[in-house]
Amino acid sequence: MSFRKYLVLVALVLFASFGDVALSHGMKRIGAISAARWTELFTAVLDPWVALGILLLLGFFASYLAALSWSDLTYVLPATSFGYVLLALLSVWLLHEKVTLTRWVGILLVSGGVAIVTQGPALTRRRDREAETELKTNPARNQP
Amino acid sequence: MRELYTWSAIAGIVLSSTAGDVLLSRAMRQIGHVGDLWRRQGLRAVLKAIVTHPSFLVALACMAVSFFGLLLALSWADVSLVIPATASLTYVTNALAARLFLHEHVDRRRWISALLVCAGVAVLAV
Repeated sequence: MSFRKYLVLVALVLFASFGDVALSHGMKRIGAISAARWTELFTAVLDPWVALGILLLLGFFASYLAALSWSDLTYVLPATSFGYVLLALLSVWLLHEKVTLTRWVGILLVSGGVAIVTQGPALTRRRDREAETELKTNPARNQP
Repeated sequence: MRELYTWSAIAGIVLSSTAGDVLLSRAMRQIGHVGDLWRRQGLRAVLKAIVTHPSFLVALACMAVSFFGLLLALSWADVSLVIPATASLTYVTNALAARLFLHEHVDRRRWISALLVCAGVAVLAV
């Protein structure tokens, strides 16, 4: 993985987290939309915060597609789950929410998962696949 | 009875969002490194390759199904059940589906990582 590709993953996480925060802030400003007046959902996009959120989430989708073009799905998904940690930290700094012990446990678990997956290769090479089929047919020749 | 509805909706959301992610990944793998394509043929070629790819279009449909499933589930059950359940289960189903359909090399490291993230997301979202 080159430095540039890591930057795309970081951008992906930032776009997703800040996009969610912007959307949520905008929708809270607008207030609850009742089922009977569901067409108000369409005017919600005119709110500057909601519009910003949508723009950021478009940025997220673009970087997600780019990341998937050179990395495995089982690499991109866990690696970018760091966004959950970022969201929890943002809610403390920006929204002054309290982080309970269970949330710290969650943050630790997700961070552990991210740390583990990013130590490994980002893309399945043909060699890995062959090694795996060989492992199935001939378990005695176990590889480290 | 309502519980059965809720869990069926959760299963539906998990399946459709996994199908969406796997198809998206397949489309992008077939299109190849978008940075290279952009340098060679420009941004318009990248966009055209993506939006005309059949897997991408089916993936979008799957994501739409999953989004409306989410709205439906949220009308039946609490957000504190639906969001953690769907968000965390998709990490496991994605690992299974990536191995089965995309033939990704899901080794022990990736399994442990998917399970840790799954558990962490469930705890965080409660």
